Amino acid sequence: MTGSTRRLAINRLKERGPLDGDTVERFLARQQVPIVEGLRCTFLFRGEADEVWVTHRVLGLPDRLPLRRLRGTDLWSVVMELPERSRVEYQLELRRGEHYERINDPLNPHRSHSPVGGSSVVFGTGYEGPEWAEHDPETRPGELLELTVPSRALHRDARVTLYLPARFRRTASYPLLVVHDGPDYLQYAAAKTVLDNLVHRNEVAELVGAFLHPGDRLVEYADSTAHARFVTDELLPYLERRFPLNAQPAGRCLLGASFGAVAALSTAYRHPDTYGSLLLQSGSFVFTDIGSDHGGGPAFDPVVRFTNRYRARPRAVADKVFVSCGVYEPLIVPNRSMVPVFTDTGMRVRYVESRDGHSWENWRDRLRDGLSYVFPGPRKYVYE
Amino acid sequence: MTVTVLGPQRRPTVQPVPPGTVAATVTAGWREREADDAELDGLLGGSTVNLRLHTRWLTVLDADPELADAELNHRAVLEELQDLYALQVGNAEQAAVAIRRSSTRPRTRAAALADSEEALRLLDARHLARVTEVRADFEAAWRPGERDAVAQQRAQVAAVLEDTSLLVVTGGHVGVLLHVLGLFAVTPPADVVAWSAGAMALTDRVVLFTDGRAEAYAPGLGVVNDTVLLPHARRRLPMDDPARLGALARRFAPARCVVLDDGVRGLDRGRVVGADGRVA
Repeated sequence: MTGSTRRLAINRLKERGPLDGDTVERFLARQQVPIVEGLRCTFLFRGEADEVWVTHRVLGLPDRLPLRRLRGTDLWSVVMELPERSRVEYQLELRRGEHYERINDPLNPHRSHSPVGGSSVVFGTGYEGPEWAEHDPETRPGELLELTVPSRALHRDARVTLYLPARFRRTASYPLLVVHDGPDYLQYAAAKTVLDNLVHRNEVAELVGAFLHPGDRLVEYADSTAHARFVTDELLPYLERRFPLNAQPAGRCLLGASFGAVAALSTAYRHPDTYGSLLLQSGSFVFTDIGSDHGGGPAFDPVVRFTNRYRARPRAVADKVFVSCGVYEPLIVPNRSMVPVFTDTGMRVRYVESRDGHSWENWRDRLRDGLSYVFPGPRKYVYE
Repeated sequence: MTVTVLGPQRRPTVQPVPPGTVAATVTAGWREREADDAELDGLLGGSTVNLRLHTRWLTVLDADPELADAELNHRAVLEELQDLYALQVGNAEQAAVAIRRSSTRPRTRAAALADSEEALRLLDARHLARVTEVRADFEAAWRPGERDAVAQQRAQVAAVLEDTSLLVVTGGHVGVLLHVLGLFAVTPPADVVAWSAGAMALTDRVVLFTDGRAEAYAPGLGVVNDTVLLPHARRRLPMDDPARLGALARRFAPARCVVLDDGVRGLDRGRVVGADGRVA
């Protein structure tokens, strides 16, 4: 019997007849929860509650999936479709009387982490976390330096964490990767480990990374003139004076996710002929075709104005653009819509989708595709 | 001069040097790992001299900042040339694939395919000519061999080679190998053994190939002529796609495209890609 036709574990349990606590206990002890069987995923909760839901942000599914209690037990379950290679973050919501509570799944040890907290995560059949994002003892590590760059544009001293590759030499010349939301990329997307490994494996060029620490990111990253001026007129000269950087457009890339991707595009748009490539992950490129109801709240107002302006008069702002987005995030529609807009300007565009959401792990998992596109390593030159 | 070309040395087939033979090694393709040659030295019999060309190169760059700056700029120009050429080749190859798949009349399709293959050959030839010209301009402008930092190293390398009858060139980064072999004017002695990138550097035209695509890179040392060497072909080329392999063979003809599999010892043992894409 194949996996796709075999009855689900939860159904086999139900068919056993009256269930007692020990039977449920033994059942759970044999399972990895949620139970992934082919394209089906069974979420479980064990405990007393009046109602239980799975909450998630998967586009196309109801926001809350209600679990049903198995008769005579304190075990709750719901079955959801989970396509291959999916990765879904979720929580459980419980109602006890008038009291509502959101918790991570106590039966699932897998957690994802982000600046707004952790959540549970389930992997569809075939999903494999990238081994190049794990520490590799064979890899020589690069170095992180903390810099403070005085900024008149931002009216503050801007913190920048600088990544120097292993074997950094003053007599070499390096491309520069400017990373928005730098600390989050380092902490939640393992950016240093990823860079160390991909450089070591000749997949990405030896590069210098400038990981920016934002101030109020919802302001600075929402098409801010000040931010674009800081990056272009203050940060670039500061770094290019002090480090052996390839000070040509082809040697400069702006990377960002979500609002950070808006900041990357907006910075390149405001300073044409400065940046050779953009790496845009799940960009918050919300726009309106008519009217002003974009549904994103006030923080998105300047973003929508910028995206609408860009879509009305698109122009090439770099040679190469890498765009990625998860198909489960609401931003998939805006991102798909931007791809032909970018392509029509004559920029070279590579677009990658994944069965994932608006999450740091999604952005981490796409870094190899993106970085090897914008700054390819010397793989084609190496024949051991 | 006898030249022995080997396949990749994952499972080493290189043999110890005969008694009385003095062997020099070039492991510069390994770049910063150049000095990790104990295993190689052991395989060759334990009495080799590593020319340390990568280390010498870094020494020159530190000692002569003016040349270092000029070289950086020179390499950047070459990289730009390579990138733009690769872009053209990529588009030309995509066009060839689309033509091959088109539902046009066979005769029309064949003519268009012949044109697209000719366009690729033209791109290759023009690229190699430009690379040669840029390198010649750099040589003429900077005369690296006459600068103290380089001249000293060249003299030391020449002194080592004077007492050497065998040169062993390993794999690694073929661009680095070509550069340092040229910078330090390494003239191969009586016998040469080379594999992977080392063998590619010996050819008259170095062709890069990865992810199923091939690019002309630069003229090589010209010790092996009319031959394009393809080590690691199984991992880098569509070996189960005769149409694309045949296109590759026709593109670089009349040179032979020779697949260097693991364990191959000698050019005549390498399998040759035919114009029909069959490898025999």
